[in-house]
Amino acid sequence: MAWMDLARGLRGYPVRPPESGMSRRKSVWERSHLDPWLLLMLLVLMVAGLAVLYSASGQRIEAVIAQGSRFLVAVVVMLAIAQITPSTLLRWAPLVYGGGLLMLVAVELVGDVGMGAKRWLSIPGVLRFQPSELMKLAMPLMVAAYLSRRELPPRWRDLAVCGALIGVPVLLIARQPDLGTSLLVASAAVFVVLLAGLSWRFIAFLAVLAAAALPLVWMNLHNYQRQRVLTFLNPESDPLGAGWNIIQSTTAIGSGGLWGKGWLQGTQSQLEFLPERHTDFIVAVLGEEFGLVGMLVVLTLFLLIVIRGLWLAAAAHDSFGRLLGGSIILTFFIYVFVNVGMVSGILPVVGVPLPLVSYGGTSSVTLLAGFGILMSIHGHRRLLPR
Amino acid sequence: MRDRRDTLKNPQQELRIFRMRSLLAVVLVVTLTGLLMGRLVYLQVVQHEVYSTRSEKNRVRVEPLPPTRGLIHDRNGVLLAENRPTYNLTLIRERVVDLDATLALLVELLEISDEEREAFHVRSRQRQRPFQPALLMSDLDETQIARLAVNRHRLPGVEVEAQLLRYYPDAEIMAHALGYVGRINAEELQRLDTGRYAGTHFIGKTGVERFYEDVLHGQAGLRKVETNARGRVLRELGRTDPVPGQDLTLTLDKELQTLAYELLDGRRGSIVAIAPKTGEILAMVSAPGFDSNQFVTGIDVASYRALQNDIDLPLFNRAIRGQYPPGSTIKPFLAMAGLVEGVITPDRAINDPGYYQLPNDSRRYRNWLRWGHGRVDMERSIAVSNNTYYYSLAHELGIDRVHSSMSAFGFGQRVAHDVFGESAALMPSREWKRGRFGQPWYPGETLSVGIGQGYWQVTPLQLATATAVLANRGEWVKPRLASRIGDEPVEGTLPDTQRDIVVEHDGWWDRVFSGMEKVLSGHEGTARRTGAGLEYRMAGKSGTAQVFSLGQDQRYNADELAERLRDHALFMAFAPLEDPQIAVSVIVENAGGGSTHAAHLARAMTDRWLLDDEAPDVEELREAMDNDTGSVAGN
Repeated sequence: MAWMDLARGLRGYPVRPPESGMSRRKSVWERSHLDPWLLLMLLVLMVAGLAVLYSASGQRIEAVIAQGSRFLVAVVVMLAIAQITPSTLLRWAPLVYGGGLLMLVAVELVGDVGMGAKRWLSIPGVLRFQPSELMKLAMPLMVAAYLSRRELPPRWRDLAVCGALIGVPVLLIARQPDLGTSLLVASAAVFVVLLAGLSWRFIAFLAVLAAAALPLVWMNLHNYQRQRVLTFLNPESDPLGAGWNIIQSTTAIGSGGLWGKGWLQGTQSQLEFLPERHTDFIVAVLGEEFGLVGMLVVLTLFLLIVIRGLWLAAAAHDSFGRLLGGSIILTFFIYVFVNVGMVSGILPVVGVPLPLVSYGGTSSVTLLAGFGILMSIHGHRRLLPR
Repeated sequence: MRDRRDTLKNPQQELRIFRMRSLLAVVLVVTLTGLLMGRLVYLQVVQHEVYSTRSEKNRVRVEPLPPTRGLIHDRNGVLLAENRPTYNLTLIRERVVDLDATLALLVELLEISDEEREAFHVRSRQRQRPFQPALLMSDLDETQIARLAVNRHRLPGVEVEAQLLRYYPDAEIMAHALGYVGRINAEELQRLDTGRYAGTHFIGKTGVERFYEDVLHGQAGLRKVETNARGRVLRELGRTDPVPGQDLTLTLDKELQTLAYELLDGRRGSIVAIAPKTGEILAMVSAPGFDSNQFVTGIDVASYRALQNDIDLPLFNRAIRGQYPPGSTIKPFLAMAGLVEGVITPDRAINDPGYYQLPNDSRRYRNWLRWGHGRVDMERSIAVSNNTYYYSLAHELGIDRVHSSMSAFGFGQRVAHDVFGESAALMPSREWKRGRFGQPWYPGETLSVGIGQGYWQVTPLQLATATAVLANRGEWVKPRLASRIGDEPVEGTLPDTQRDIVVEHDGWWDRVFSGMEKVLSGHEGTARRTGAGLEYRMAGKSGTAQVFSLGQDQRYNADELAERLRDHALFMAFAPLEDPQIAVSVIVENAGGGSTHAAHLARAMTDRWLLDDEAPDVEELREAMDNDTGSVAGN
């Protein structure tokens, strides 16, 4: 029965319009508030990611098992969040945002230092996590919640409030310092504003402002951050230091050619020339071992997920759902673009993982939680708007 | 929050805006994804070759396989130069977590000096590519290896590497004859065939090691290996084995060489022994020697300076580069020349009043015995080392004939086949003097040359070679050090030697030899004490040379100066007379007391070579020589 539902679900959702107003039997998808297409594509991506991870981790099955169990947790989280109605999310938005902000402040005051950055908050022996990760969802949630109650397109006053809502946490995260995450958090919020109908004039104004602020930003960057930018502009300037990563990753991808060297056969990755090959640079392993064909397949999969996600968002019954859903899925794309752009050498090195492929637990949970929200928005929509 | 704001909202317009914006977003997403795809096409299709090559270069490393250097044996197969496994300390910077801490720990573990500590820092930077080990220290001892092994976990990136290093078991005795290998320097690097020497760190610097470098070195091999980013070799992809250097068998006899070195007993001097029939150099010693092993591992500055500044010049190879006035040792050669040129006959005698005068010259050239030897024929002139006879002989020959006849014995020329760095010394001539001083040759100078003084200078090797040619009755042999390369004897490959000396009457040789025998066995022979109790017939000639100091150092004190102004003692000999097996030249610098000292040493050498008896007791011999000093006067 479930299989038939799946088949029907895949053929087109909604499965059936309510026919005679009779209480028809709801499909498993409707009942679970899930989107089969999106779920299927995410699962395919995760399986592919595990295969690449096995190769990238130096063929350590333990890494795959660890990552697989994280995926399991993340999927459970996604399923759970999908059951929360958007109106509940809307109600909780200020609470979640406020809590996240408090924790960011706490990080600033008493956070743990690791790898030269203060990112973690820990209750010794119990828990240790990055509040900035929570902010990735709390931020668009809050901004969407705020804007959905205002008249759209937003007016200047609304924009000023949004600016404050965005600016404070982003600055706190940037100070940790965590450029990658602050970028993602900011873009998640900015997408909400953009989708809400920010006027083009204002966008142009912001662009000019950003260009003007560039030197100021440069002056406030940490040395290692400047180094990354300089290295990006000319990787050969420091082939053994900061440029090493980018030279090795482009070499890995380029040497993969059309068809790749074959799974587990990538010399760049298997012989450890490629740094951080199972985390941020994992896509280079993919490119080396599966070639252009493998890369295009995976990029296409990402593209389809994004388009499907936008489709689901557009079908939401209110502005809150649309804005939140749209922002979540576009942020997901930003992950992909920044990561692949960085590894293939068209963007500076920023610590952004490739979603659901890079090794790492927190980001998988956050990402799938985001997809949970997206599914909830779609699954709880009123089938007949208004 | 239940205000009326919701009523102001226009859901239709909001939806329209959102749809517009998300459509734009899709366009943007597709464009950016297209950009990424374009980049990938560029990398993986357009530039594929470039990156493919780069990836191969990353992965595949060509490692040279240095050949094993050939061993050197003496004529009896005794090992003179071998390759010993030694352990070097290397460091790969990329794998070191904290360089300063690591170096500090090494310094502590190895107990090395502050100077070395500085050198560690410098050396840790000396390498050509990343992940290549830099050599910090060679020749670790067992304690150091053990300490490093125990502390290995604290020293990531630090490795102990095994390497074959040249080792000379009898370094001091053999140093000058064998030479030594040392690290290839920048200048050598330029002229070397880099393919052949890939991976080789050492090259022959002097001596046999230098002369037979080509034979001993061999040919480097290669292996292609796959490495990971940390430079660790994972597997071998291909290999060309190195061709090891060929072993060398020398003509030297280690026992005879050792005896010669012990006989010199640290005095400055040289002993060279040659087998006359073949030219095989049996012993070639320059004393004092030095520990050539120091030069292999890299001698430290202080030790090197000490060696260089040593007034005994231990680094100076007297056997082949020491230039000494030959003194009376050349009298047999001149006598032979006189016979050949018809200036003298074996029996015609002169009367020696104790001096010689040139015509129209009042200056008297003195015999060493003031009152003269009276009637002196050729044999007696040799036995008693009469000077007057040779003043006359030299005068009648004239410098031109002296020069040509002595050159035929090899004086003033590089005589050996395979001795590196041999000096030609000096056989003076008119041309030479004109070229050197711009002056004509004076007849008086010929007289000086006639008793082996003046400008004439010989090396111990030349003197031994001339003695061998004499013993051979004029048949030339080229002295040489190598007898076999690998399994091939070198005889066939020897180049043409000098022209043999052909004389009218073979009996002349016997007459000269007879005079030389009387030096040792005659009742008035200058070395008759040395000749006492000879068990075979030995021919020899003594000589003293007025001081000619080598590379004078001005700092020594008056006592030393006096010591260093004493005459050099020389002796040349061959034996047995009827069938010469060994020709020897001995030079002891500043020995004083005439030629006695040198004669004793020469006898000890021939005894050892010709008699199967137990080796002569060196101590006993020394005692005898001490008692004997000055007992026989003159040359």
